[in-house]
Amino acid sequence: MEKRMVRMRVNGRPYEASVEPRKLLVDVLREDFGLTGTHVGCEHGVCGACTIQLEGEAVRSCLMFAVQADGAELSTVEGLAADRQLSPLQESFSEHHALQCGFCTAGILMSLDSYMREHPGASESEIQVALSGNLCRCTGYRNIVRAACAVSSLAPKEERDG
Amino acid sequence: MKPPAFSYDAPQSVDEVLGILAEHGDDAKLLAGGQSLVPMLNFRLLRPSRLVDLNRVQGLSGIEPQGGGLAIGAMTRQAALERSQAVARIFPLLAQALPLIAHFQIRNRGTIGGSLSHADPAAELPAVMTALDAQLVLRSRRGERTVTCDSFFKGYLETDLAPDEMLVEIRIAPDPAHSGSAFVEVSQRHGDFALVGVAARVTLDRRDACAAVSIVLTGVDTRPLRAREAEAALVGSRLSAEDLRAAASVTATKLTPGSDMHASAQYRKRAAQALTERALAAALERARSSREPA
Repeated sequence: MEKRMVRMRVNGRPYEASVEPRKLLVDVLREDFGLTGTHVGCEHGVCGACTIQLEGEAVRSCLMFAVQADGAELSTVEGLAADRQLSPLQESFSEHHALQCGFCTAGILMSLDSYMREHPGASESEIQVALSGNLCRCTGYRNIVRAACAVSSLAPKEERDG
Repeated sequence: MKPPAFSYDAPQSVDEVLGILAEHGDDAKLLAGGQSLVPMLNFRLLRPSRLVDLNRVQGLSGIEPQGGGLAIGAMTRQAALERSQAVARIFPLLAQALPLIAHFQIRNRGTIGGSLSHADPAAELPAVMTALDAQLVLRSRRGERTVTCDSFFKGYLETDLAPDEMLVEIRIAPDPAHSGSAFVEVSQRHGDFALVGVAARVTLDRRDACAAVSIVLTGVDTRPLRAREAEAALVGSRLSAEDLRAAASVTATKLTPGSDMHASAQYRKRAAQALTERALAAALERARSSREPA
């Protein structure tokens, strides 16, 4: 099939590549843009490893074609540590030992980063539901939830009840 | 695990889409949110020669008031419905079902029209729309027609859409006065497809008897299953606990669900019975409390 030029901004920087329409967004991020922080796991939207943010919303990059993201603004795990400074969520992951093999971590960070921006002060059970779309095969969920709750509890109290 | 090659169109208007479908309908597949279609492509369960991406089409998404109810554009994301105050206020049944659809990342992309056109009998939205007696607006170059959910859902992943047709809008009339509704389901893990789900809406008449009722099940048939026998038995009844139990029992007795690695047919029948009773009881309680003076 004929290739097409796609251009998008990822983590604030412009990228472009010539790709087949069938090429998944996650594969273009990794292979064409060299952004290998986003992992590809199940390739059918179940495991969540490939979760990125499209216009600020968490989405599966294995369930989109790169041509669909032409002109879009994306963020990936590489964009979380602005100026090489870990985000509070990343710091908390480090603090609480919330990663083991690390394969699921990028997807979990991108899911939680987006969720907690929309739901500051989310409760533990809300965080658990938000995490249900990301699988950790090391089953390290306890520490992941602890890390997220630690960040969530820093959010202003009045927003927690909202 | 990579999709087969296809040619790709990204039209900007419904007219353009209909033109492509008129010419290539048999070989073309519409791409809405892609949360069911792309997995099928990745697995190569489907090999359409042409994908028509609806994500850049103008005028296909939005939630508009219509005659006390809502007209919902087919490309409206499930996340947008979930955030909509109008949906929460007018259609509590829909609002209850939305958070049960997969995970929030999927709902950020998944659309109402995509879910209905995909017609998975285990999915929530086809059952909810059936229970709400939604009208589906289908369009092609030949014209526009409006169909009921009952005639739209034909079988497993099968709808009444002709190859040159697309679903453009979903119209839902408001619940009748003194209605209550409930959606309940059982799934193995949060966000999984439910083994069985039940959408119920109960409407009371002036004497608190049952004026109308919808009972629709997911996961037990090749399409959303409307429990017509139980509905007919309940209309006019006082909706006593025994009435609800009998309706749940007659619903389950008629079912012939399949067995698979997730659950046996017997389990599904028992779950369907328990959930039908539970959904009816919850819907009834809400209908009765709508009656009490504020």
